[in-house]
Amino acid sequence: MDTIGQIFTFNNMRFILEGLGLTLYISAVAILLSMIFGTVLAIFRNMEKGPLKLLATIYIEVVRNVPNLLWIFVIFLVFRLKSTPAGIVSFTVFTTAALAEIIRGGLNSVGTGQIEAATSQGFNQIQVMRYIILPQAFRSMLPAIMSQFVTVIKDTSFLWSVLALQELLGKANILMGRYTATSQVFALYGIVAIVYFIVNFTISQYARRLSKKWSKAY
Amino acid sequence: MLVGFISFLNTGPFALFRWEALFKDLPVFMKSFGYTIVLSIGAILLAFIIGLLFGIVSQAKNPVTRGLVRIYVEFFQNTPLLIQVFFVYYGLPLVGVVMPVYLIGIICVGLYHGAYISEVVRSGIGSIPRGQLEAAMSQGFTYWKAMGYVVLPQAWRVMLPPLTNQAVNLIKNTSVIAIISGADIMFTANSWSSVNLHYIPAFAFAAILYFILCFPLASVARKLEEKNKKLYSK
Repeated sequence: MDTIGQIFTFNNMRFILEGLGLTLYISAVAILLSMIFGTVLAIFRNMEKGPLKLLATIYIEVVRNVPNLLWIFVIFLVFRLKSTPAGIVSFTVFTTAALAEIIRGGLNSVGTGQIEAATSQGFNQIQVMRYIILPQAFRSMLPAIMSQFVTVIKDTSFLWSVLALQELLGKANILMGRYTATSQVFALYGIVAIVYFIVNFTISQYARRLSKKWSKAY
Repeated sequence: MLVGFISFLNTGPFALFRWEALFKDLPVFMKSFGYTIVLSIGAILLAFIIGLLFGIVSQAKNPVTRGLVRIYVEFFQNTPLLIQVFFVYYGLPLVGVVMPVYLIGIICVGLYHGAYISEVVRSGIGSIPRGQLEAAMSQGFTYWKAMGYVVLPQAWRVMLPPLTNQAVNLIKNTSVIAIISGADIMFTANSWSSVNLHYIPAFAFAAILYFILCFPLASVARKLEEKNKKLYSK
């Protein structure tokens, strides 16, 4: 007799949560790396002119206007990386471009008057960036960065299908090989959907709360 | 150096003969291009209808429908599209619901982005002072007519840039259909190159095709955004 109850064993739950761990690990590393590279690209693209601006613009536009899934295929098939590094690299490649635009928007939201004021007080360019622009820009872009984080967590579900990486959805698919009754398959989809939902909903609610609190502060 | 360059063109992943093979099979790729376009248009239509309807409902007074829309939006925004696709493709046939892949693509991608578009519409309507709606209703407009004739035409300008961005994201997300073997650009690039190993031409060409679809839209969205910003900062 195949029942839903058979799924809810300690081992199965641990198996699924291990998948969640890998999903979060890949997403977190990718988003952190993307924030670093994204900031660099955003600063390059904000330059008046020059080859760096051109390079940053081309990178951002090309990567952003092609599906994330394609970058996963490319990194995996062309560069032949192992599955976990391939996952991290492909998400970093794509998310860097997305974050660069978010960060650029944040940097540009700081009024030029403030930059001029700081410069007139003897701040050099790096100090202006560090003490005037970045703290304010960070507030205006953090909600968007967090919703990008949610997007990355959701999209890492592609990794099972392309790289056979055992992230959250992958673990569910493996379990479905063992628990094949209709009710069990539905329950597994339900469990995984709920796990994704709890994680992502928490993050997006937190982002919403932050942006409300900060919009009041101004 | 010259020898190195020639051997680069003759062997290796970038070799010329691989590109030749690509151009020989160009019709295959063009067909998949059409598949992605049709899929995108279907999904965009569905997403816009759902988004407009639910966006308007979520600004209405009725707490039950508002709550239902909220649940729909939060569920689809916070769970991966691929789970929804898998559920419809692998799960539903177990209870006798079998759909062709392109229909699954239109429904899943449409429902997923409908949630995002409904949020765009909701905040677009929210940007128009509530007094406008009340004034129109006091003149005898019904809620829906007041929305259609008074509020939405004004909210349209605020909504257009994020709607265009949603269309770009939607086109990119139609590529998940490749995972359940829909004959779109991504699937064709992957299956064609897994036979002959011409990965680089295949994925480069796929990237170009997606870029052709997405870049113009993304540029329009940015222009509109900048125009709006100037308009409102005056």
